[in-house]
Formats: sequence, C-alpha cells, structure tokens
Amino acid sequence: MTKALPSVSRPATPGFATFAEPHHSLLIDGDGEPDFGAIQTNEEFLALKRRVTRFILPATLLFLTWYVTFVLLSAYAADFMRTPLFGTVNVGLTMGFLQIVTTIVITMAYARYSKRRLDPQVEKVRALAETDEELA
Amino acid sequence: MTGANTAINLSVFGIFVLLTLYIVYRASTRNVSASDYYAAGSSFTGTQNGIALSGDFLSAASFLGISGAIAVNGYDGFMYSIGWVVAWLIGLMLISERLRNTGRFTMGDVMAFRMRQRPVRAAAANATLVISIFYMIAQMAGAGGLMALLLDVHSKVGQAIIIAVVGIVMVLYVLVGGMKGTTWVQIIKAVMLILCVSLMTIFLIGKFGFDFSAMLDRATQKSPLGEAVLSPGVKYGASGLSKIDFISLALALLLGTASLPHVLMRFYTVPNAREARRSVVWATWMVAIFYSCTLVIGFGAMALVGTDKITGAPGGENSAAPLLAFQVGGTVLLGIVCAVAFATILAVVAGLTLTASASFAHDVYANVIKHGEADPRDEVRVARITAVCVGVLAIAGGIAANGQNVAFLVALAFALAASANLPTLLYSMFWKRFNTRGTLWSMYGGLTSCVLLIAFSPAISGSKSSVFPDADFAFFPLSNPGIVAIPLSFLAGFLGTILSKEPADPAKQAEMEVRGLTGIGSGLR
Repeated sequence: MTKALPSVSRPATPGFATFAEPHHSLLIDGDGEPDFGAIQTNEEFLALKRRVTRFILPATLLFLTWYVTFVLLSAYAADFMRTPLFGTVNVGLTMGFLQIVTTIVITMAYARYSKRRLDPQVEKVRALAETDEELA
Repeated sequence: MTGANTAINLSVFGIFVLLTLYIVYRASTRNVSASDYYAAGSSFTGTQNGIALSGDFLSAASFLGISGAIAVNGYDGFMYSIGWVVAWLIGLMLISERLRNTGRFTMGDVMAFRMRQRPVRAAAANATLVISIFYMIAQMAGAGGLMALLLDVHSKVGQAIIIAVVGIVMVLYVLVGGMKGTTWVQIIKAVMLILCVSLMTIFLIGKFGFDFSAMLDRATQKSPLGEAVLSPGVKYGASGLSKIDFISLALALLLGTASLPHVLMRFYTVPNAREARRSVVWATWMVAIFYSCTLVIGFGAMALVGTDKITGAPGGENSAAPLLAFQVGGTVLLGIVCAVAFATILAVVAGLTLTASASFAHDVYANVIKHGEADPRDEVRVARITAVCVGVLAIAGGIAANGQNVAFLVALAFALAASANLPTLLYSMFWKRFNTRGTLWSMYGGLTSCVLLIAFSPAISGSKSSVFPDADFAFFPLSNPGIVAIPLSFLAGFLGTILSKEPADPAKQAEMEVRGLTGIGSGLR
C-alpha cells in the first residue's frame, strides 16, 4: 500500500561506502524495491533477529513468571502474603510494589539494550537495502 | 457538598473545556489529510506521545475506580494497579515497534498485512467498534455516576443531561481537532492528573510523618475489615471459584492493555519505531508513578475518610479520591480533583471515538467497500460522520448504564481486547504459518465467546449487583471471562490455521518480518 521507495534504482554514487558493498544489489529487486525474501535470509538480518530474541525471550519469560507467581500466591497462599515485613507492611504489599519496580527496571534495560545493540544492527540491515532515496 | 462547591466545580470544569477547545482549534488549522486526521501526520515526538499514551490509558476508572477499590477492598483493589503497570512490558517489547513499522493508521493495517484484506479488515473493525463502545459506555456511565457527587446533581434526568454534554464536547474535540487536537488534550490532561495525584500523595504521606506503615496502621483501624484489608482475599478469597475469578481478572489486565485499539493507534502518531519505543518508556514511567500513588491515596482515603463513609457516599467506591481531597484540601482541592476527573473522562472518550471512527472509515469504508481506492477526503468525511454516530451511541449507552460499576465494566473491555486482538497480533508477527482463516477464527472466536460469557455471567443477571437483578440466566460462574476466552482465542487461531488448506503467503511473511524489525519498505526513518 505504501510505496515510499522510488521504482527505478539509480546507479550507486561513489563516496557512499554502503553502496559499494558487493552484496547490496542482491537485496534490491529489478524494480528497485527491497527484496524481502533475500533480506530475511541475510546474515545481518539473522544476527538482528538473534539479538532481539536474546533479550525479549528471557525478559518476557521472567516478567510473566514473576507476575503469575505473585497472582497465584495472592490467591492460594494468603497466609504467606500476610506475613509482616516492616511494621504493618506485609510480604504481599511489598511483592506488589516490587512488581512495579521490576517493570521499570526491565523497561529501562530494554531501552538501553535497544539503543546499544539493536538500533546499530537495524541500521546495518537498512543499509543493505538502501536505494538512493536520499539523493532523489 | 454545598452549592458554593458546585459553582467552583462548574467553573473549573468550564475553564478547562474552553481552554482545551481553544488549543484543539489552534492545533488543527491544516487538518485535512487522512494522515493528519488519524495519526496527527505522525508528527509527535516520543516524549509527547508517551505522555499522551499514558493519558489515553489513565481513565476515570483508573483514577476514581482504583483508588476507591483500594480504599474499600485494600489489597484486592491493589491488584488492578499492578496488572496495569506490568502489562506495559508486552506493549514495549512485543507490540509497539513492530506495529509502527508495519501499519499506518489502525490495527487492521497490521492484522491484514499478510492476509486476505477484506475479511480481516472487517473483523478488525468489528472488534475495534465492540471494544471501544464497551469501554466508552463504561466511561460515560462513570461520568453520570460522578456527577451525583461532584456537581451535586441527584436526579436521573440531570445526570443524563450531563452525560449528553460530556458526549457532545468530546465529539467536538474529535471533529475539530482530529488526532492532533485529541493528542494535545491527552497531554494536558495527563500532566494535570499526574501532578494532582503526586502532590496529594506527598501531602498524605507527609501527614503520617513519611511513614507508610503508620498510615496502614491507621487505615486498618478505620476499616470494618481490620487487618484483613492488607492481605489478599477480601473480595476474591471466599471460595475456590472466586479465586479463579481473581486469576481471570489478573490475566485480562495483563493481556488486555497492549491490545486496546485506542492504545494501539497511539503508536502511529510518532514518526518511527524508535520514537514509538520512547513513547512506551515514557508511558510506563507515568503509569508506574500514577499507580504507586493510587496505593497511598487509596489507603489514605481509608485512613482519613473511613471505609463506611466512602461506601455510603452518593458515588459509592468511586467517590474515595474526591472525598479525600475535600478532607485534606477543602473545596478548592475538591474542585481541582473534580476538574481532573472530568478532563480524564472527556479526553479518554475523545480518544476512543477517534479510534472507532478511524477503524470504520479506514478499514471498512476505504478498504472493504471501496477496495482501497477511496478518495482520502471522502475517507476523512466518513470518519467524521462515524464519530458523530459513535458519540450518539455512547451517550445513549452511557445513560442506560448510568450507575453501573465503572472499573468492573472497564475490566470487561480489557478481557474483550485481550481475547479478540492479542492472539491475532502475536500470531501474525511471530508465526510463519498463520493465515487468513486462523485470523478470522481467532478474532471472531475470541470476540463472540467473550461477549457470550459476559452475557451469561453474574455481571448481567442472577445477583444483587448485576444489570438485571431479577432475572437469572447466569450459566457461567465467573464475572470476568478472561481465563476462558483468551486461551480459547489462541486455540481457535491455531486450529483455523492448521485446518485451512490455504497456505500462508511466504513473500508477505518475509516482508512483514523484515519490515517489522527494521522498517525497510515502510518509508519511515
């Protein structure tokens, strides 16, 4: 539906390092559109996918387990949750507040990981399929 | 509550409406293209959009409903707060960036990306309309119920008039301002709400010498339940069944947030995936601060106002925060809290109206009826007409549902969103074989099973607090259907896919996967 890329591919301009990459032309099809099938199996894209999975999979499992544990303990281990910790503040309220804290920690960790490990790799993959749209 | 109160409340409210309408008008001078109307030309920064996102999410149910639920049920009310904070991680890591990279205006864009366009878009629009109207009726009902307390309007006719006024103002926001105007209203409202709530929290905790434990101690003395309010089980601990209901609620809160159509649509008002991610980071902070504060406000209301006084007030549970404001800050603080509550209802309902109208105009009119060749100007015109129709429906529904429990109705909308949308979103992003039949089975299966289970639940009939207390056709014992409907929808999507002879389109799947992660082909930088 969105056709943002020009349909004609111009010859690569010297001076742009990425355009000189030998395999870049493989990732643009005859109409100058990105060849998604080729990108999907490209090593750089697979590396990006691995990096995404390496963070998201464990982080998601971690917070789901932690949340479900909290819910199940609240439902079936009310006595344990009632144990006082600081004055009248009990285990349940503390765990509930810690849920909020871990959410913030995972959020900031993901933001940092994306900036350092994902965004540069996204740029690499994008460079592979770059047409000269900036020059157009 | 005296007559002078009403005057202050009304004038603070009036000033807010006039001010925001002026800003909406100023923000929207060149509001002509479809992209402007639906997605504010994707021109907001991640920070601005993140604040607006939290504004969309923090509804009247959150502010009044949650603090009230904590003030009355203690620990079991706190569950809402936690579910609604943790849920943002799903939006952050699984949904926001991929959605921004693959779609343009609505969630139908993403769901139909690699499927047959027309049936899937129609399904997406149906789900959006049902969920939005459900959510909106809850908000409008809340508006009516609150008026009893805030403006001292006790007659049903008076409340109906106020619901109608709220409805008309919000349609005006949407018609005049489109997404840009609505976003600015959200930003103003979110900042007001967070400021109000955090100042109240600091003040309250200061009153107890910055000792949260002392505050809880005092709260337990003022609650008829005593120490029990601090531990789980007050509301949901009675039987094995009610414990399952508690788990069902927790599941709906977690999985519903990132599948609400009006939250999803907010990921399109930023220029690219990086800004979409920043939006969610901002929204998560705002939401986390807000819900931490509700804990203090809820128990503070219990300690200073007392549970009995809250449940006996005209607005019931929902009146905890305003009563507390009156207790600590007198009429002025009450006026401010009222204005913030009004603003919240107005802004959230405006956001919902916009989403529903966009979904109908973009998915049904432009893509199903006109086969994707509608004139953008016609599309926007259709969206505006739909906004008016949705507004009328919401006003009528709100008047009919006036007096119902707001936070509870909203939790049902979350269950609907989680069962209709989340399985489809996740499957189409992460499962190669997923195809059109799987999409349709999952969406319609989730939506209809959820609606039916609600219809035959104790929420509708068979108990004193249901909509029809005199009839009894409650075959389904749980009041929140999440624990049944959500897995059912995942299963339906799986079965639909493997039973269909139609293979998934590998080229489209490759495009969606590459585009979702990198934005290649989306035209976004």
